[in-house]
Amino acid sequence: MKAAAFDYVRASSVDEICRLLADAGDEERKIIAGGQTLVPLMAMRMARPDMLIDINDVTDLAGIHDRGDHVVFGAGTRQRAIERSDVVSDRLPLVAKAVRNVGHQQTRNRGTIGGSIVHGDPSAELPMAALALEATMILRTVSGETEMAFDGFFEAAMVTNIEPEQLLTEIRIPVWQDARIGTGFHETSSRQGDFAIVAVAAQLALAEDDTIVRAAISVGGAAPSPVKLHALEAALIGKSAEALDSAIALVDEEIDPDTDVHATADYRRRVTRKLVSRAIDDALAEAAK
Amino acid sequence: MKQIEVTLNVNGKDTTLTIPPRMSLVDCLRDMLRLTGTHVGCEHGVCGACSVFFDDEPIRSCLMFAVQAEGHKITTVEGLLNDDGSLSDLQDSFWECHAMQCGYCTPGMLVASEALLAENSNPNEDDIREAISGNLCRCTGYQQIVEAVQMTAKHRREGAAHG
Ligand SMILES: Cc1cc2nc3c(=O)[nH]c(=O)nc-3n(C[C@@H](O)[C@H](O)[C@H](O)COP(=O)(O)OP(=O)(O)OC[C@H]3O[C@@H](n4cnc5c(N)ncnc54)[C@H](O)[C@@H]3O)c2cc1C
Ligand code: FES
Ligand code: FES
Repeated sequence: MKAAAFDYVRASSVDEICRLLADAGDEERKIIAGGQTLVPLMAMRMARPDMLIDINDVTDLAGIHDRGDHVVFGAGTRQRAIERSDVVSDRLPLVAKAVRNVGHQQTRNRGTIGGSIVHGDPSAELPMAALALEATMILRTVSGETEMAFDGFFEAAMVTNIEPEQLLTEIRIPVWQDARIGTGFHETSSRQGDFAIVAVAAQLALAEDDTIVRAAISVGGAAPSPVKLHALEAALIGKSAEALDSAIALVDEEIDPDTDVHATADYRRRVTRKLVSRAIDDALAEAAK
Repeated sequence: MKQIEVTLNVNGKDTTLTIPPRMSLVDCLRDMLRLTGTHVGCEHGVCGACSVFFDDEPIRSCLMFAVQAEGHKITTVEGLLNDDGSLSDLQDSFWECHAMQCGYCTPGMLVASEALLAENSNPNEDDIREAISGNLCRCTGYQQIVEAVQMTAKHRREGAAHG
């Protein structure tokens, strides 16, 4: 399994990347970030780009910055850097929990947050956490920048709403200012580090009287793309922990799992309910501390 | 096919080569530099046999094109040997604990374990299993590999205490 021939360009700036993408003409030009998804696809000849634009030398594209009400991630920030970041563990504990489940040490050392989002695997952990927290992303072309929401970005399994000439430069994940916040992240996979069969991310904020004032919950692997559980979130607001038992049935209406070699649709439904409960329980316990 | 000239720093030595961009780093290491200690199994990122250090962090060398490695430091399993060419303490523990049978996974297991030990001098079993979770072994059942890493960690802690 060897990749087909391609031209290789090591880009040195964001402008250069955008220009190369804009000038593609009939060629297929692809960005290579960590290569942890693209290179296997090329080896299997499922991708045959004419040109690879390597963005790994563009230092402007990597880095984690605390901006008070949100944290900015350069699209080229490695999953390993997120795992090791104090800003992330202090400000975005849900992202810190999610990233530990992404692949293995060897893949996290190369794989980037941006590559994971643009690729759009239905069970990828970082896009799920970003979706739950209502993150936005910055897409750039030669003619300028646009900010885009995560809701609506994931169209189908491994199909995302990005144009061939667009470069993802930044991901902005909101930091909740509430005093009592808790998070929970659960997934089930065939082996440690494998892609999740089902994964769930939950973040809650509690009022003084222990009622839920904010809820962010998303699921991966239970539909062709990650799903934010809007109905369940809404049903929990103003309620306490006891409300969960009756509200959990709402999960079924928002997911649309498939049967594949790893699990049946029915199994995925049952596991999703269970993992949503566990993630919420963890979040409640953490917030109540 | 178009070729590019690159200079690779592998195990402390610079070599300049002319290669096509599509050549993976693992093929370059094995076929061009004749460093066949690094194994190649699946060629699409699943088995971990091709693990090498890239700027002191473990990566899969089948998921990088060799042209991308210019300007970075690569260490292969050959680079783990002691300076006098003898087996390192970790390699010795693999021997001692029978942590290999066919040996296919061994270079990757050594790289993944060495990376863990660099960060954590006293890993528990879960830490070790997590660190080698990206490396498949079809022979040992992993138990002896876990024991070899624990043995090395213990020797190094004792060495540090006495040294
Ligand atoms: C063994 C193994 C296990 C894995 N397990 C998991 C897992 O459990 N969970 C998980 O989420 N992932 C997992 N992955 C995939 C993960 O490692 C990848 O990092 C991720 O999916 C892609 O990120 P990348 O930086 O490697 O992107 P690349 O492979 O370089 O690129 C992926 C796609 O995104 C495009 N792209 C990349 N960056 C940009 C950008 N800035 N702007 C526009 N387009 C861009 C590329 O053109 C390409 O189409 C695994 C991979 C392997 C090999
Ligand atoms: S050969 Fe690289 S992971 Fe299998
Ligand atoms: S010893 Fe044979 S694959 Fe591990």
